[in-house]
Amino acid sequence: MPVGSRDSGDGSGFAALNELGPGASPGAGIEIKRLCAFYGRKQALYDIDLRIPPNQVTAMIGPSGCGKSTLIRCINRMHEMIPDASVSGQILLHGVDVYGGSMDATDVRRRIGMVFQKPNPFPNMSISDNVVAGLKLNGVRDKGRLHQRAKECLEKVYLWDEVKDELKRSGASLSGGQQQRLCIARALAIEPEVILMDEPCSALDPTATAKIEELIAELKTQYTVVIVTHNMQQASRVADHTAFMYLGKLIEYGETAMIFERPREELTERYITGKFG
Amino acid sequence: MTSRRALKDRILIGLTFVCVVIAIVPLATILYYVTVRGLPAISLEFFTKVTPPPSVAEGMGNAVQGTLLLVGLATCIGIPFGVLSGVYISEYGKNLFGRTVRFFGDVLVGNPSIVFGLLVAIVIVSPTHGYSVVAGSVALGTLMIPIVTVATAEALKMVPNSIREASTALGVRKWRTSLLVVSNAKSGVATGALLATARIMGETAPLLLTAGSSTLWYNGLWRPVASLPSYIYLFGISPFPDWITLAWGAAFILIVIVMGINITVRMLTRRRSDAGG
Repeated sequence: MPVGSRDSGDGSGFAALNELGPGASPGAGIEIKRLCAFYGRKQALYDIDLRIPPNQVTAMIGPSGCGKSTLIRCINRMHEMIPDASVSGQILLHGVDVYGGSMDATDVRRRIGMVFQKPNPFPNMSISDNVVAGLKLNGVRDKGRLHQRAKECLEKVYLWDEVKDELKRSGASLSGGQQQRLCIARALAIEPEVILMDEPCSALDPTATAKIEELIAELKTQYTVVIVTHNMQQASRVADHTAFMYLGKLIEYGETAMIFERPREELTERYITGKFG
Repeated sequence: MTSRRALKDRILIGLTFVCVVIAIVPLATILYYVTVRGLPAISLEFFTKVTPPPSVAEGMGNAVQGTLLLVGLATCIGIPFGVLSGVYISEYGKNLFGRTVRFFGDVLVGNPSIVFGLLVAIVIVSPTHGYSVVAGSVALGTLMIPIVTVATAEALKMVPNSIREASTALGVRKWRTSLLVVSNAKSGVATGALLATARIMGETAPLLLTAGSSTLWYNGLWRPVASLPSYIYLFGISPFPDWITLAWGAAFILIVIVMGINITVRMLTRRRSDAGG
């Protein structure tokens, strides 16, 4: 048995994925084709077609309930956690359908990380255990490697200097902004190709928000980033591409500058100028 | 107006106080009598000697031994099955089967305990032609399962969904996520298990139909065994003053054990609320 594969507790090929080492996995593009999503009988998304380019930041904007969170939760198959939820259509990651038979939901989620609206560190784990929770819960035991990975990821989110002397403290003891960076580090630790962020700054103050935004700009060198936001200024600051959604439909998609300066659709213009939403 | 409200307020507070006193009187009386009449029966012999013939005051060590044995074996049945059923209901039971199990769990918690005794009497005592430790433990164990199940399901429901989401989004498998949820609710689960243990410790009716009684030390899993509750019942109604004193002693010991368990639970839950912040 090769030494490198010993870490994989469940034989799912997870260790092999990690053998790529930090930075070795380039961001992947995502192609969404005719995606419809449902909650029971209620349809939440209608025929979404969208190409998310690799190593760029793509923002989803639109009024509450427009389906932008549903859309990104379909990308990493978190949508199906909700009872009676279902989807149709395709989402291609590197050309492979995440809903096809070749990948199961856990494989998809290991390749597509997620950061939530409210920082959600595991309250019964220390700061360093939180960062490598994804590895530990998937059976990685090598202490040296876990510590190394925790340090790398905390450095990537600029949290290392703030917490390096108290790595054993509870993750829940940090401030809101630090918790959210901890959650980003946790998502990075499993070395995903894509990072989904569901309104990652809506629970944070302006200073913490600015730090996360800087971080997003850096993350795109290694990952593809998709961010849902309520805040149009934030979209214009961080995103290369922006998609505007309304009532479950994709209204307009293009380069961020185009969307904000010369939108093609009247609905988009009315939304970004604050006439509704 | 204010004074009338103040008066109403005082009357209500007075009423609740009176109710508390009425509730406490019988409780305090029981504790007082059991202590005053039971304490003199307690000595080293109480725990080391077996049941005497009438008029030779000795001990009921065999009943203490029997109760610990019956309850110990019962927890080996009640806790694993109860905790796993609770995990099923809370984490996997969002379907008709899960809801049905939950409903019958609630019904069984309120079921008279003698029904469990009757069931075991039919299923085990009658085919094996006699009262036994096994039958008594199974009766107490099955009585314990629904209590632990419902308590576990409730404790797991208190764990915020964000923890399940965070774990799932890291590509962690469902069973491992469930384990993480349990570890976040471990003091709640332990509390439920301990309270159920305290509850079965004093059960008398099912034991009379299953474990029977004995004046000897434990002498085999398929033999009848003495227990504190059955001795309280059998000796308490006997005509011999020595036996009646021993019954008071047994009641005293039982109350001390149950109180000990409740104090442990208190300490567990206090620690939890401190940590929960």
